[in-house]
Amino acid sequence: MREDVKGEMKITVKLFATLRVGRFKIKEMEYDESITVGQLVKLLGISENDLGIMFINGHHTGLDTELREGDTISIFPLVGGG
Amino acid sequence: MNISELLLLKAKSKTLSWADEQELAQEFALSFIEVERKALALGITPSRYQRNMVAITIEEQLVLNNSAVGVIGCGGLGGYVIENLARLGIGKISVWDGDVFEEHNLNRQILSDTNLIGESKIEAAKCRVKAINPSILFHGYQQKIDKSTPEEFLTNHKVLVDAVDNIKSRMVISDLGRRSNLPVVHGAVGGWWGQVSTQYPGDGTLEKIYADAKSDKGMELSQGTLAFSASAIASLQVAEVIKIILGRGSSLRQRLLVLNLLDMEMDIFDL
Repeated sequence: MREDVKGEMKITVKLFATLRVGRFKIKEMEYDESITVGQLVKLLGISENDLGIMFINGHHTGLDTELREGDTISIFPLVGGG
Repeated sequence: MNISELLLLKAKSKTLSWADEQELAQEFALSFIEVERKALALGITPSRYQRNMVAITIEEQLVLNNSAVGVIGCGGLGGYVIENLARLGIGKISVWDGDVFEEHNLNRQILSDTNLIGESKIEAAKCRVKAINPSILFHGYQQKIDKSTPEEFLTNHKVLVDAVDNIKSRMVISDLGRRSNLPVVHGAVGGWWGQVSTQYPGDGTLEKIYADAKSDKGMELSQGTLAFSASAIASLQVAEVIKIILGRGSSLRQRLLVLNLLDMEMDIFDL
């Protein structure tokens, strides 16, 4: 747990490619308490099989990372074709 | 008269025609690539590379002619990658693919056509390369790569291109890159979208990109793959290959480029 994540928290969520369908492209979201990337992904209804790669403020991140006030998270679906 | 004197005599405008190249190869019992290398070393450009100048200098063209590149996968991405490498004048191209063409390849795979359904992709690549640039040495392996693919197959190669269509094979390529101490240029597509990155030995980039992958296939399963997505991503991969070989520009090392052709967005993220 990160000590500095407390109280009301605003984050910007950016979804890419097929993850936008039925959701949104960009949205500001508010949470009362700290939230991990994995929890956010679940809240957005993104299935494990669809999930590709995530970035916080342009840097690669994992499912266990906690989001901070002001963070921008970008979520991509899995892409593997050729 | 030796070949250098003859070359200088023939190439009055500092370019060497294909007809003269063939004549010299026959006269001095040399391969086409050997004639091209001798010409380039004398500051003479084989006509086929004339429009590469000077975005690629004559010295750099010689470096490309002396270079070998491995391409894993000969489908949507691989076909365009091979096409580009052949036109650029990469001296040797080694390609792995165990498949034959199927009808559903026709929407995007440049090496496929209606007459080649059921035929080997490797054979088609070989014919295409020979037709575009007969000076190139083509090594085709009619098989998938696996954990036991010997790194000796890649001796003296400069770069490995990841042009496969599943995540499991991409992990095998990453491992092969590590074993053979070669950079890997990754590309993947699905629908209107695609991504490119460059991994150097030890970076573990591919493992990072697919760290959370729970499936062997991505959105291409539901979205299919479009011709322009495959050719765009393949072109970006080839640009990376050429920069790695020539040591120029900025690469996508430890970065992921994501392309959205539906909304014309291109973003680059740090890995």
